[in-house]
Amino acid sequence: MNRIARRTLFLALACLSCATLADTVTVVTSFPKELTAAYKKAYEAKYPNDKLEVLNKNTAAGIAYVREQPPGSRPEVFWVSAPDAFEVLSSGKLLTRIGIGDPALPQKIGNYPVNDPEGYYRGQALAGYGLMWNTRYLKANNLPEPKEWADLVKPVYFGHLAISSPSRSGTTHLTVETILQAEGWNRGWEQLLAICGNSAAITERSFGVPDGVSNGQFGIGLVIDFFGLAAKNSGMPVEFVYPSQTAIVPANIGLIEGARSPDAGRRFIDFTLSEEGQMLLLDPKISRLPVLPSVYAKAPAGYPNPFTGKIQAKVNFDSNLSESRYYVVLSLFDQMITFRHKELVATQKEIHEAEKRLGGRPNAQLAEAKRLALLPAIDEKQAADRKLLELFKANKADAAASQAKAKVEEEWAAKIKANYTRAAELAKSAR
Amino acid sequence: MSRGNSAIAVVALAIAAFLVVFLIVPIGTVIHTAFADGQGGYTFAHFVAFNEISLMRESFANSLFVAGMTVALASLIAVPLAYLTMRFEFRGALLIQTLGVLPLVMPAFVGAAAMQLLFGRSGSVNLLLNDTFGITLPLMSGLNGVVFVETLHYFPFILLNLSAALANIDSSMEEAAQNLGAHGWRLFRKVVFPLALPGYLAGASLVFIKVFDDLGTPLVLNVTNMLAPQAYLRVTSIGLEDPIGYVVCVILVLFSVAAMAGAWWFVRRRDYALVSRGGTRAPVRRLTAWQAALAYGWIGGVLLLVLSPHLGLLLMSLFKVWSFSVLPEHFTFDHYFTVFDDSARMIWNTFLYCGLAALVDVALGTAIAYIVLRTTLPGRQLLDHFVTVALAMPGLVLGIGYLRTFRGVELPGGEALTASWVIFVLAYAIRRLPYALRSCMAALTQVHPALEEAAQNLGAGRWRTVRRVVIPLMTGGILAGFVTSFITAAAEISETMLLTSRESLAPMSYGIYLYFQSIAGRGPGAALGVIAVVLVALGTYLSHRLVAANAQHRQGARE
Repeated sequence: MNRIARRTLFLALACLSCATLADTVTVVTSFPKELTAAYKKAYEAKYPNDKLEVLNKNTAAGIAYVREQPPGSRPEVFWVSAPDAFEVLSSGKLLTRIGIGDPALPQKIGNYPVNDPEGYYRGQALAGYGLMWNTRYLKANNLPEPKEWADLVKPVYFGHLAISSPSRSGTTHLTVETILQAEGWNRGWEQLLAICGNSAAITERSFGVPDGVSNGQFGIGLVIDFFGLAAKNSGMPVEFVYPSQTAIVPANIGLIEGARSPDAGRRFIDFTLSEEGQMLLLDPKISRLPVLPSVYAKAPAGYPNPFTGKIQAKVNFDSNLSESRYYVVLSLFDQMITFRHKELVATQKEIHEAEKRLGGRPNAQLAEAKRLALLPAIDEKQAADRKLLELFKANKADAAASQAKAKVEEEWAAKIKANYTRAAELAKSAR
Repeated sequence: MSRGNSAIAVVALAIAAFLVVFLIVPIGTVIHTAFADGQGGYTFAHFVAFNEISLMRESFANSLFVAGMTVALASLIAVPLAYLTMRFEFRGALLIQTLGVLPLVMPAFVGAAAMQLLFGRSGSVNLLLNDTFGITLPLMSGLNGVVFVETLHYFPFILLNLSAALANIDSSMEEAAQNLGAHGWRLFRKVVFPLALPGYLAGASLVFIKVFDDLGTPLVLNVTNMLAPQAYLRVTSIGLEDPIGYVVCVILVLFSVAAMAGAWWFVRRRDYALVSRGGTRAPVRRLTAWQAALAYGWIGGVLLLVLSPHLGLLLMSLFKVWSFSVLPEHFTFDHYFTVFDDSARMIWNTFLYCGLAALVDVALGTAIAYIVLRTTLPGRQLLDHFVTVALAMPGLVLGIGYLRTFRGVELPGGEALTASWVIFVLAYAIRRLPYALRSCMAALTQVHPALEEAAQNLGAGRWRTVRRVVIPLMTGGILAGFVTSFITAAAEISETMLLTSRESLAPMSYGIYLYFQSIAGRGPGAALGVIAVVLVALGTYLSHRLVAANAQHRQGARE
């Protein structure tokens, strides 16, 4: 007993000391375990004196975490898909400038800069948003394969889709912004509300969607490409397409200001951007698009290559606009969709049934129902209101601000709920 | 004697200080934050804000609904089972025992993932139903899923408590009722159940609290409009500063305490101390043929349901593809290799944290039991009360309290306490202390004070008596306490999710959750889950053996 106790104590002390001796690179990331495990293994093999520590957090939790650490003991590297997260960090002075990298490499993908022009963060991989579906599910339910976002509003897909909430997933926020910027505020929300009204679930994490599609719970999901490609390459009966209105954006990596060992952090970032680090992305379980064009020569046949122009990205993604209304879009989506999903679905169901009943005949009452059901709680002008934007960025411990914000959100919720109820009534009685 | 007494007082004070720092202060911080207005004053504004957010009202209602429904459904399963086995001549005792333990060896959220594949929208059951009858059952959608998973996971609490209560009822009551002509349903409703009510309520309140506080299951099932997930999401994504998260915590605490206090008011603390009541065992009756068929059918059905998550998890861990099909395809052992390759550290972490926490627990448990039962130290009951607080404290609340209270506290060596493995040991030890204490108290009550008096008469000092007489006689109970603390800590997820600041610190339960967050990781996650279940099942078996051996040993000694 005594010996065991002594040995336990020794091991415990050994654990403590090894954490302080070597250079530890702590990486805050939302990426799955396969990816982080592959990078950890390769990096520690190349730099045996360094240790890689992974802090797995979703994007929003990652930002909150970095923000709460005192300077000097912050983690080294921030590594997530959503570029706007980096905008949030750099505007909070939480990133160290690392430069724009090799100028000989392509600096833009479509119209989107691969690396931050100001040099605060770099693109590490590319990602497009698209549609993933379960081939068995579609066959069993006689559903056509979708090609575009707009296909998903069709009544035939009612109850077969899945999307996650942007407030819980940075990647979904980008998809939502992409649609809003591609279609414009009102039409964008219209499309989003219709798609979500066809959805069986608004999942908690972005991963809930590909997971549900690959195990056949949902037919079609809105996902970031690697979720679809990795599932397909691991043998799941799924397919993935990029719709034409997609944005190809970089998944970024940046060095956190006030990190414990910035040099080691820098070393890891350089490693992920080297050819060796980029090759890891081609692993079938990872399936991401490298930022180094030369790596694609070594990719398996049929691997999507965004540098050939085959994946069309028609949207010019404006990340400043996205960042300015970040919190408003998140809250709006939650108030209108995530928290009112049951009502939204019920309303859409009434509308689909009324359409079927009317057999394509125009009907003013149904048109009004559709307008109400797909109307965002605030218009574009209200969403750009400086006072509103400030309110949503305010300090959370400020009781007055948090109460004021809760009141605004409550107004939206009440308005939306009334709209849904009215729209459902109208659609029900449309003859 | 007086030297011994002052030493005991020092030990008691040290334990009290430990409990205050790591239990009372963190909870106090959480409650304080919920009422703080940011300028040093107090306010109800956060509660008003909470009440104004319809999502929060809805989450509150949902949490109540899920907890209440789970209690109702769990009672539906557990009450007939308990009554059948305790009052009828029945050959399925072993089956029932297995039933009582099986669900508890697997964290609820692990089972949830497997049940999604079996009972979900396109799960095996619904695919079969759709093929044969053209219908599907929304067993796993939204709140239904949470209720379903939690019911199967927590009904043993009611089963075990009610069985114990039924065994304790003096048989003369039932005999009197039967002599007066009460039979069957009337006998159960008018006599047996009211007498067993304290046991039932103890179990039911425990189920209510556990479900009310559970974080992992709703998250794995993608349900977020409940209180515990809301607190977690608020605190992790908005930050430790968000007051609404603390308001949710205060509500969780209030309900836990209310449910516990309510149940204890019925049980009157006597059962808690596990003093056996003796009395003659109620006579067992014989089942008629069709009653027997019904009973065995019921038990078989429940067993099948209870086993389904285990079976589903095993299948997930052994096959590559399970998608829109009744059974999985492509048999493989790869997932297990992946786990041992990437995550051996997590298995080790679980042993380290839970082992140390369980050690701390039995040490504290033995000391507290001794101080409370064997000394006349003034205020000694306070220690017992503190530990009782831990029992009613949701893991989520304690986790948030730790993060908030010990923010910026550094260990010697410069590492932050909240970012080190020590925090896990502390959190696990505090929350599992009531289990260990219960075991130690029971063990000590069964040691007759005469033995200690004899030792002291022969010249042994107090410490020597404790070391050479009391502790050896308590060994069985201490070991059982150790194992209970260990296995319940190994299956814990709420605190774990909050306290895991980096992957190398993660214990298995967090590892399983992490693996479940990627498609290629589902298999390895299930494999890690199977390993955890096997470990916990072994531990449970071991503790049962220990308790049984101990009881036999004592019986032998008495004869």
